[in-house]
Amino acid sequence: MTQTESKGIHSISYLARSLWSITNRDLKKWYLAPVLLFISLIQPVVWLALFGKAFNFAGIFTNASFNIPGLNLPASVLNTIGNTLLTNTFGTTSYFSFLAVGMLAFIVVFTSMMSGMSIVWDRRFGFLDKLLTTPIPRASIVIGKILNGVVRSLAQALIVLVIAVLLSMNTAYFSVGGILIAFGALFLLAFGMSSLFVLLALHSKDWQTQMAIANLLSLPLLFMSNAFFPISAMPSWLQAIANVNPVSFTIAIGRSTLLGITPTISLGSAFLYLGVFAALLGTVSIILSWKLLKD
Amino acid sequence: MVKNIINVRKLSKVFDNSLRAVDGITFDVRQGEIFGFLGPNGAGKTTTIKMLTTLISPTSGDAKIFDFSINKSASAVRASVGVVPQEFTADEDLTAYDNMLLMADLYGVSRTIAKTRIVELLSLVELSNAAKRKVNTYSGGMRRRLELAIGLVNHPKVLFLDEPTLGLDVQTRAAVWTYIEKLKKEYKMTIFMTTHYLDEADSLCDRVAIIDHGKIIKIDTPKNLKDSLGGDIIELKIENERTNVSDLLKKITGVKNVKKNGVEYRLKVKSAETLAPKLITMLTSKGHKVTKLSLSKPTLDEVYLEYTGRSLREEQSNSLDIMSMRRTQRLSRS
Repeated sequence: MTQTESKGIHSISYLARSLWSITNRDLKKWYLAPVLLFISLIQPVVWLALFGKAFNFAGIFTNASFNIPGLNLPASVLNTIGNTLLTNTFGTTSYFSFLAVGMLAFIVVFTSMMSGMSIVWDRRFGFLDKLLTTPIPRASIVIGKILNGVVRSLAQALIVLVIAVLLSMNTAYFSVGGILIAFGALFLLAFGMSSLFVLLALHSKDWQTQMAIANLLSLPLLFMSNAFFPISAMPSWLQAIANVNPVSFTIAIGRSTLLGITPTISLGSAFLYLGVFAALLGTVSIILSWKLLKD
Repeated sequence: MVKNIINVRKLSKVFDNSLRAVDGITFDVRQGEIFGFLGPNGAGKTTTIKMLTTLISPTSGDAKIFDFSINKSASAVRASVGVVPQEFTADEDLTAYDNMLLMADLYGVSRTIAKTRIVELLSLVELSNAAKRKVNTYSGGMRRRLELAIGLVNHPKVLFLDEPTLGLDVQTRAAVWTYIEKLKKEYKMTIFMTTHYLDEADSLCDRVAIIDHGKIIKIDTPKNLKDSLGGDIIELKIENERTNVSDLLKKITGVKNVKKNGVEYRLKVKSAETLAPKLITMLTSKGHKVTKLSLSKPTLDEVYLEYTGRSLREEQSNSLDIMSMRRTQRLSRS
């Protein structure tokens, strides 16, 4: 090692390049493996197709699917009643569109979780030990994992959105700005979730426990949010949780800018909440990285 | 005056379970030498390497590598040394070339330098043809060689090798030894290695420290260690022997001790290979005909036995270490 090289390890360009290299190493396994990319999309798409299409609320409430015996109401009146019911409950007459935005958050939570987990494998296969013998700052190792989760999550979310549109998601309210804002919210969610799962996996040597913890967290996170069902229709104890769940905030922002559904809180407050969530978890995992990555 | 590159002073590591893995060791490693840490599994070899490469922090004591303290200047130490750990650490899903490029980036080696250096290092370990193959297609010997190349990507002046031939077959081990010697010669590198193979320490190391239960028992050259046992053994037989030649043999300088076992003489001597011709000449001149002569040198096996009171043994270590060692061994054989 020459003098110039050892000086170089404190420069910004070194920090940026080493951080990118370590992030790209994880990303390569994903974008160079199309099968993996495809498989990871199956779950949200299946959910989208099964729930979104099977829970055919529009079919239940409209198109003369019901009538009240004796009254013989005209179909147009029934349709109006059905659509009003749907709009009052979901904010839109298309439950599929309602769920599609929920699925964007779903894929972000799951992808962040799996990416965070990968640090357990790195530890187990000795790669982490090797990393720790290089001069790269400990924080970079953690930030690299978080960025990996963020990039994967957003790319997967974009693919899910395209599939949802192909499966007849309502695009009447779509705008470039709206999509960007929705993805801004998804970015913050992905950052916070990746930090959370990296943090949980930092000190672990056992991926089975990690998987159990992750599953324990991820599904309730989704069901205790507005992903599948509006919060207003939930029992009050569930509402209490769903109302502080960052997943709910993300979806509320997405439904507002993609579907024109008025959120219960302002977009600004929702973004502030998500920003604090992402910054807090990101900071905690970076601060703890030094302590937890060692022995 | 030979410069010391590594100075270790009263270095100790006590783990949470109050296991004293390393117990106040003090030693120096000289510039340009291959310094071997010899001891059984669980003796504290890997713990020492992990402390010297700043992977874990010592409980007490300090070590300096090029005047950089492992406690105070950990990142300077990391930037200036190379490490080849016991486990295979290369990313199996990437090619050898990509693995090396990644490590070059992490060591802050510029891309232009890295590209030529990687080609050079891969050819040094004879992996040029497999450079673009994913590492999970590699055999154990290839992986070990790749680990060596990766450890050299920052052109370290000091290289740490933890059990470089663990689990390898005899031919591959010999090949790895050749690479290590090549490194020492071509790059004038100082090499600190651990091993529990006595023949490895004997043939590679300039100096050997025998470590047991976290303590250094003896440091010396393999030759001095073996000599300290009292010397080489010569066994000889004389045709139609009429008189006992014991007294004659004892008079030769260099012969320390003569014993007669039946018809054979067993001599403890200083340097068997230079003494044997003299013996034959002398005996022939006195009218005796030597019909059988054998030389044997004491092995480090016997040295180890002498200093620790037992032969190298497997000792209990924690389950994670055993797991990772088994993984390395399993992969080595594939």
